[in-house]
Amino acid sequence: MTPISELSPSPGAQAPPRGDKSQAVGTYALRLGDDALVLAQRMGEWVASAPQLEEDVALANIGLDLLGQARNLLTYAGTQLRHPDGTPRTEDDLAYLRDERDWTNVALVELADDGDFGACIARLLVFSAWQHELYAALTSSTDETLAAVAAKAVKEVAYHRDHATQWVLRLGDGTDESHQRMQAALDARWSYVEELFEADDLVRELVVAGVAVDPATLREPVLAYVTAVVEQATLAVPEPAVRHTGGRRGVHTEQFGYLLAEMQHLARSHVGATW
Amino acid sequence: MVTTTLGVTAEQVRAVVADVPDPEVPVLTIDDLGVLRDVEVDDAGRVTVTITPTYSGCPAMDAITADVRTRLGDAGHPDAEVRLVLTPAWTTDWMSDAGRRKLLDYGIAPPTGRRPVGRTTGPEAGAPVRLTLSVRCPLCGSPDTRELSLFGSTACKALWRCDACREPFDRFKDH
Repeated sequence: MTPISELSPSPGAQAPPRGDKSQAVGTYALRLGDDALVLAQRMGEWVASAPQLEEDVALANIGLDLLGQARNLLTYAGTQLRHPDGTPRTEDDLAYLRDERDWTNVALVELADDGDFGACIARLLVFSAWQHELYAALTSSTDETLAAVAAKAVKEVAYHRDHATQWVLRLGDGTDESHQRMQAALDARWSYVEELFEADDLVRELVVAGVAVDPATLREPVLAYVTAVVEQATLAVPEPAVRHTGGRRGVHTEQFGYLLAEMQHLARSHVGATW
Repeated sequence: MVTTTLGVTAEQVRAVVADVPDPEVPVLTIDDLGVLRDVEVDDAGRVTVTITPTYSGCPAMDAITADVRTRLGDAGHPDAEVRLVLTPAWTTDWMSDAGRRKLLDYGIAPPTGRRPVGRTTGPEAGAPVRLTLSVRCPLCGSPDTRELSLFGSTACKALWRCDACREPFDRFKDH
């Protein structure tokens, strides 16, 4: 187990030195891995709490896919963001021994559902549509590992997107109650959507190098997909008054701290435990 | 039993590991599934076995990797390398015909060979992906079946139901 002091300076939240490509690639992989891991944790919260047994199984399976993607991405990030002594950081180092400000996921994935199935599905629709476009484009990355991870993941995410689509159609075009609650869920999530399409200098440099996908290019296809589903479901695409940002810089919502506390508790309280 | 790596062929090593079962669908071997991608023996006698996961999060991969190592060790190749590769991405197209028959006999509807990959470009971009081929009930053979959930007891299976015999069944997803 790595001493926590060795994890500073933080691998994720600090801007890498210019020209240090492996640092940049690792930071990029970590961002995508953080997105997948945090949403996997949120999906896991639904096990035994979903509206029906089949949905327990479905959300758990989606979480498992995301967890697998996160493991691949964090393991790769750890080979690029090495310890000062040159050894790779393990996936467990990155998952369990980073504090809140070192996490670089977007806020959308960390929001608590609080038992609201509509909120879970509204997020899954947007996020899976985004991840699907992202991974499809990333299969052409000049980075062979990222391209390989994406080629596997894109097929899995196609199922997630289809699942969310079917639920939005069913709830939106269902009863008055389900319509109203699905719309409320979309409204509550929408101020967190634009963050998915933000780029910073790190991403822009990796785009030039052919490694990363420019998030801005995903906006049109993602919103086109989501809008088509929402309108077919007789719902309206919200127009949020505020727009959340900051996740890629390690600025998170209050709800995220509670998620981390639960996810990291065992590894931190029982240092060296294996399971 | 092979007790030395000298003179051993890739075919012989392959025979040692090919029938390692999938712990979640034990009727299938890693060879049936297409998880076993390659077996190499170089001029110095070094053995390399290459496997690929089905789904990114498939929990069976750790058990499969351990089983492959155990088999190789028992067969006299304790230093063999077991490589896990992600590319090319696994597809049910790699499942053998024998594997498909075994699945059916086991009560799981086998993949039909059509992959429901999402459309991302062109005029159909964004349309929900749907399977249109009928799936035969593995219990009574009726094509009068329907999907209950895209997700089943493991990552690789979906939950279906037969409207003729009324029984639920697992279907190995086209992937």
